[in-house]
Amino acid sequence: MTLFDFIQRLLGRQKPSGTMAKERLQLVLAHDRSDLNPELLEQMRREILEVVQRYVEIDIEEGDVSLETEDRVTALVANLPIKRARPLPALVAAAVGKAQAPGPETPQELAVPLGSEPAEDQSPADPD
Amino acid sequence: MDAVTSAPARIILICSGKGGVGKTTLTANLGIALARLGERTVVLDADFGLRNLDLLLGLENRIVYTAQEVLAETCRLEQALVKHKQEPNLALLPAGNPRMLEWLTPEDMQRIVAMVAERADFVLIDCPAGIEDGFKNAAAAAREAIVITTPEVSAVRDADRVIGLLNTRGVAPVQLVLNRVRPRMMASQEMLGVEDVTDILALPLLGLVVEDEQVIVSTNRGEPLTLNGNGSPAARAYQNIARRLRGEDVPLEDPSKARKGLRARLMNKIRKTTGLF
Repeated sequence: MTLFDFIQRLLGRQKPSGTMAKERLQLVLAHDRSDLNPELLEQMRREILEVVQRYVEIDIEEGDVSLETEDRVTALVANLPIKRARPLPALVAAAVGKAQAPGPETPQELAVPLGSEPAEDQSPADPD
Repeated sequence: MDAVTSAPARIILICSGKGGVGKTTLTANLGIALARLGERTVVLDADFGLRNLDLLLGLENRIVYTAQEVLAETCRLEQALVKHKQEPNLALLPAGNPRMLEWLTPEDMQRIVAMVAERADFVLIDCPAGIEDGFKNAAAAAREAIVITTPEVSAVRDADRVIGLLNTRGVAPVQLVLNRVRPRMMASQEMLGVEDVTDILALPLLGLVVEDEQVIVSTNRGEPLTLNGNGSPAARAYQNIARRLRGEDVPLEDPSKARKGLRARLMNKIRKTTGLF
């Protein structure tokens, strides 16, 4: 560790490299294990946001869809803060009968196990 | 190595994905350590294109036949097994000759390992680096596996690929050896920690080997560290791994407390008392 690195760490500006190694590995392994490349994940993220937006207004800036990993099990985790439900006519237009919009301002978390293996998290969703 | 075996032999693949992380060194040291504990052990060099296990064991001048000749029935198995001079419980079997690159198939491997297993308690298969045909051949006969890695991103990532392949093949148990541990770097979080690696790979930890210059010295001499039991930290780590493999309950050593050589301990003391460097 150079003196510069040391000062950066003292000032809390830089994480220790071991921590960075762990974070980078968790991310890359989630992708390795799921065989989902970043483009596919990005496409899936956009489509998920599209579907959810038909029912509720979500905060796209805050929304996050990513792969997370624990004990070699990978999950797709979507964290989408909901601003408010769509008005009823719009919902009827969307015409998926049984789906009820959740109440306003409730962040919903959907965890879908993906099968085999692990990862961490993606940068926050950018607006499409 | 002649008596009829009662319990079936343990057939263990030693693999890593990435090259140069210590597979062959672990195989050689574990082979000697198990033999010392009275286990009839055969180490099989499945990396016949770039074989090196003979060199680490100091047996490079004694290889006449390989598994290839045994399977072709041009020699008997006893002729191809190279017995270690100081440790007669240990024998080396090279899979093949570096000049013949195209002969080995998964079926060949299963046949030769079945023959060897009849006269051994442990068969350790030193796997080539990579996850292609060399790995598939070497893994064909394995019942269990030891994955060895170092606390580095590339080695851990490659180990993860190999673990995935072993899981698909139904090889179990798969245990982890963490090699080249540098306690001081781990303490300052400038290296992946032991728990980081075991969390990420989700494997039980069979052993920790601290970075130890004696490993290089022993490789130079062709005498595995476990042969002369000189008490270096790595030698003790390999011996403990051998004992855990046999089912003995040996607590994991704390890498930061690994006993160092006299000079290192003296330097440490000076460092602590003076607060210098």
